[in-house]
Amino acid sequence: FHSCLLFLSFPFSLPRIRKLVLVHQRFSLEDRLFISLVPCSILQYHSHSFTFPLFAPFLLLPTTTIFHWQIVIDLQLLPRSFRLALYFAYFICRSIPVSALFPMASLQQSPAIKGAKVLMVGAGGIGCELLKTLALSGFEDIHIIDMDTIEVSNLNRQFLFRQKHVGQSKAKVARDAVLRFRPHISITSHHANVKDSSFNVDFFKQFNVVLNGLDNLDARRHVNRLCLAAEVPLVESGTTGFLGQVSVHVKGRTDCYECNPKPSPKTYPVCTITSTPSKFVHCIVWAKELLFAKLFGDKNQDNDLNVRSNDSTGSSEQTEDVFERKADESVEHYGRRIYDHVFGYNIEQALSNEETWKNRNKPRPIYSSDVISAELMQQNGSSNKAGSADDPLSVSAMASLGLKNPQDLWSLTDNSRVFFEALKLFFGKREKEIGSLGFDKDDQLAVEFVTAAANIRAASFGIPLHSLFEAKGIAGNIVHAVATTNAIVAGLIVIEAIKVLQKDFDSYRMSYCLEHVTQKMLIMPVQPFEPNKSCCVCSETPLTLEINTNHSKLRDFVEKIVKAKLSMTSPLIMHGSSLLYEVGDDLDEAMIANYSANLEKVLSSLPSPVTSGTMLTVEDLLQEFTCNINIKHREEFDEENEPDGMVLLGWTQVPTKPKDDDDKPHTGNGVSTSKTSETEPAVAQADAGVVKINVEAIDASGKKRKGPDSKDISLDPPSNVADEATAANHKKVQQIDEDEEDLVVLDQWDIDTNKKQKLR
Amino acid sequence: KPSFGLYGTRKTFLFSSDSSKPILPCSSTLSEVGAGLQREFGFPVVWFGRCVIQVQFTDSGISRVLGFSSLLLNCLLIVNLVTRVRLEMEGEQLTEQETALYDRQIRVWGADAQRRLSKSHIFVYGMKGTVAEFCKNIVLAGVGSVTLMDDRAVTNEALASNFLIPPEEKVYSGKTLAELCCDSLKEFNPMVHVSVEKAELVTLGQQFFEKFDVVVISSCPPATKILINEKCRKLSKRVAFYTVECRDSCGEIFVDLQNYKYMKEATSAPWGRLQRRTSKLYFAMRVIESFEEANGRNPGVFSVEDVPAVLQLKRKLCEAQSVSESFVPDTLLERLVIGSIEFPPVCAIIGGILGQEVIKAISGKGDPVKNFFYFDVVDGKGVIEDISSRAPEADSASSKSANIITQVVLE
Repeated sequence: FHSCLLFLSFPFSLPRIRKLVLVHQRFSLEDRLFISLVPCSILQYHSHSFTFPLFAPFLLLPTTTIFHWQIVIDLQLLPRSFRLALYFAYFICRSIPVSALFPMASLQQSPAIKGAKVLMVGAGGIGCELLKTLALSGFEDIHIIDMDTIEVSNLNRQFLFRQKHVGQSKAKVARDAVLRFRPHISITSHHANVKDSSFNVDFFKQFNVVLNGLDNLDARRHVNRLCLAAEVPLVESGTTGFLGQVSVHVKGRTDCYECNPKPSPKTYPVCTITSTPSKFVHCIVWAKELLFAKLFGDKNQDNDLNVRSNDSTGSSEQTEDVFERKADESVEHYGRRIYDHVFGYNIEQALSNEETWKNRNKPRPIYSSDVISAELMQQNGSSNKAGSADDPLSVSAMASLGLKNPQDLWSLTDNSRVFFEALKLFFGKREKEIGSLGFDKDDQLAVEFVTAAANIRAASFGIPLHSLFEAKGIAGNIVHAVATTNAIVAGLIVIEAIKVLQKDFDSYRMSYCLEHVTQKMLIMPVQPFEPNKSCCVCSETPLTLEINTNHSKLRDFVEKIVKAKLSMTSPLIMHGSSLLYEVGDDLDEAMIANYSANLEKVLSSLPSPVTSGTMLTVEDLLQEFTCNINIKHREEFDEENEPDGMVLLGWTQVPTKPKDDDDKPHTGNGVSTSKTSETEPAVAQADAGVVKINVEAIDASGKKRKGPDSKDISLDPPSNVADEATAANHKKVQQIDEDEEDLVVLDQWDIDTNKKQKLR
Repeated sequence: KPSFGLYGTRKTFLFSSDSSKPILPCSSTLSEVGAGLQREFGFPVVWFGRCVIQVQFTDSGISRVLGFSSLLLNCLLIVNLVTRVRLEMEGEQLTEQETALYDRQIRVWGADAQRRLSKSHIFVYGMKGTVAEFCKNIVLAGVGSVTLMDDRAVTNEALASNFLIPPEEKVYSGKTLAELCCDSLKEFNPMVHVSVEKAELVTLGQQFFEKFDVVVISSCPPATKILINEKCRKLSKRVAFYTVECRDSCGEIFVDLQNYKYMKEATSAPWGRLQRRTSKLYFAMRVIESFEEANGRNPGVFSVEDVPAVLQLKRKLCEAQSVSESFVPDTLLERLVIGSIEFPPVCAIIGGILGQEVIKAISGKGDPVKNFFYFDVVDGKGVIEDISSRAPEADSASSKSANIITQVVLE
């Protein structure tokens, strides 16, 4: 009882609080210096052990309800008589978490763990570690869902997999590997997408807890909604480099995964990509999304590759043909023609528009004859070294050109040689796939082609070139990952899962793994947060959409809002009682025709017109998630900042980027790129293979995060109510620039609340 | 000539004429040197006097100084200004196979660090659950070799927390823990050489440890740990020394990178001098160690019946150290004594942190722990404690404190 701080947590009525205050006032002034009652606002937040300032030894802190208070007393500083009185009080009302009284290791035999049915979503970096730790901790009924197959770059941390397993289902191999050292437990593997309709609310209801080890925002949102609908607790996790996070989401008790804004992946204005790139990322996006897609992807897809040059020349006929290989044309000739067109002719066309280059550096057109002689072209590559045709993913232009180290910077000539060689190999060895190829970071030849094309474009625009290794990281959206962080995070997940199963609500924690020591800590626990009352997922708060109802089609709304922002997989859109759109297997032909006709109509001319003031109801039957959207008409949208042509308000606030925020050089091969500012535990997402286009994230991750300085935040006055706090939070969110984007789902809300707690 | 602890191992690559293995051709322009440095270290650095100056290179020479700090950075370009440029580096490039396998982690710590990892040799003693986790982590990270030592046979405890041991009796009978773990670890990464050394730990001579860059000791008495620590310290080469213990929901890591306190000093600091906020686990672990030593117990062999004796020893120690009895909470000691077996999630966490520390020490990237790390499930904090005697009379005080502990134990 001589410990520094004593926590008393018991119900106090308001009159008793007043009495305490009076007692406090009776103390001498000297005593009052170290027994100070700190007035607190009656907010929704909990007290937190490590956030108490040392100078306030006596705190009264409200917890969940107005009448439930905690007293924190620094016993060492109290007069002896008062201390004794408090010991007495402690005896009567002590509340110690259950876990503090019993050894943890004996829990392995506990019925709460043995009898628990657990769902693990994701068997990747975190998943492998998690499955092992769960099995060792005594869990006996585990289900795993993962749609991925094993790749070589997984083997450095996903230790349940071996070289011989490459290409097999992660979920199945992980199951077999763990059964080898725990043969008597039940593990069920599902090699499937968690978004499949078979994993519905009923499926989720059979589990006691769901553990996420996912790599993308979309799936995380989906699981969050299913867990809310099925009322199953969710333990969410993520890592990047040495940073990691684990959080608990229990409906009604804590926030849900979507209570805090998660910045969505960055999209770039079309004209930056097609005509005025200023960063290497822009070149990568151009090479990957436009050039690669145009040459090897679906020919019927819309493609902006020639948009700008068309505007100036008007010779649409010519550009139609340019990318088509003529019947008797040699691959070499075809390659030169493409090269000269995209790096030479198109640049010259763009240059002819003087207006564009007034305040920019003019690009330099590059023609193949300038960089690579006909002679060199002839002896370019020896195809027999390029890998066998049996395994298309192993074909390599680098190998056939004798370029070994992927970390080397290639010269313009080397890049051009790789460009031609890759094109030749695509036509020589993988002709069947042309027309249906999509960029894949594990497709060596595709990475080589994109690196070379991006570098040539970068050279033309005076942007520094990058190595294949770096370019691959940017193009493939590769997340840094190490085994140790995943192991630590898996351990933290199991600890939280056990607390959830024991219903030990008070000791739920959100934990951060930090790279730099903060307050003496490398693993930092934080109290979970209260549900966000304005969260549209768990509180059903309506959203507002600003849109031009006379120009935007229903299709734009479905693609850009319902699918991209709300992450719905099988949406249903209603205006009042009339159905505008629906996805499902059981629709008859008339309905399908009706819906596809609706898709092409602008909002204001739909069968039941959608105009300013209309409220749309969007529902996902699989996720059992309904969302109301108030439509607000707006005429103009800024092409640079609002490329979607519509703005969703009340949803994840993606702050507008300051103009010069990420000019810092990309340090792909340097020291760890996750230099999060020390006071701010960054939250990671993802292990490997993020699906969405999100190149900016890696580009910007090398810089220090500019967090709000804690000194700038003043203590909220006691009268402050939750709404004000929310407003303040939103304001803060706007200020923080979103470096990490999809990679780092930094809980802005959390940080703010966290900061306040620290201050207290 | 700077000294950078273990991770400052000097490596040289040269541009001057006396170069044997130039990384870049001698005719390289300064901007190529800059680009090379940028690639290797993330930014070009010049070490000059007592400052580290970050510079930007252009073809015409060092164009402008971007900023400087007096911090000692791990990676250095030592410039004999204008006339000669000497760069430090060693070893060949990573193979294609390595680059493919380690792709994701090279993006975290860089190719240079990965090369150093693949040349490092690690010695591990005491194959319990936490150490198994640690071994998995460093084998996956791609160290050069791991040497295991533990002659004990398989017990139920080992089966419960060590996932490297297959549970079939016909597989494990007749084999030692180290042999079984070795078999499993080999499979994790064919590029890492894993082997078993059979010997009595205390009898190993100093020269035995010469072969290693990192020594990790677990589950053995504190006296043995101190002995090994001293042997490592006496070597001319820098050997990073770690000890690790997990009990129930708590874990402890001690780190000695030979630039700070010996284990002996660190474990015998006078309690009264330590900060009041020092993790209670530090004291609790010392009580438990003293109890084991006094009663001749093997580490971690405890039962509920020992609780009163442990609490009594605690009272004596607190008295002898002239600190209040509540310095070490009874509930914490009870937990450590009753639940002496390892709790798998804590093994994963402590094994992960230790792996991270060893990687930091070898690669020279990041700030290493100084000098204890603690984790307890109950508060969920992973805390770093800097245990040293701050007062000038530290040495005499700490030896006095060591004497106090010995006396109490003897009584």
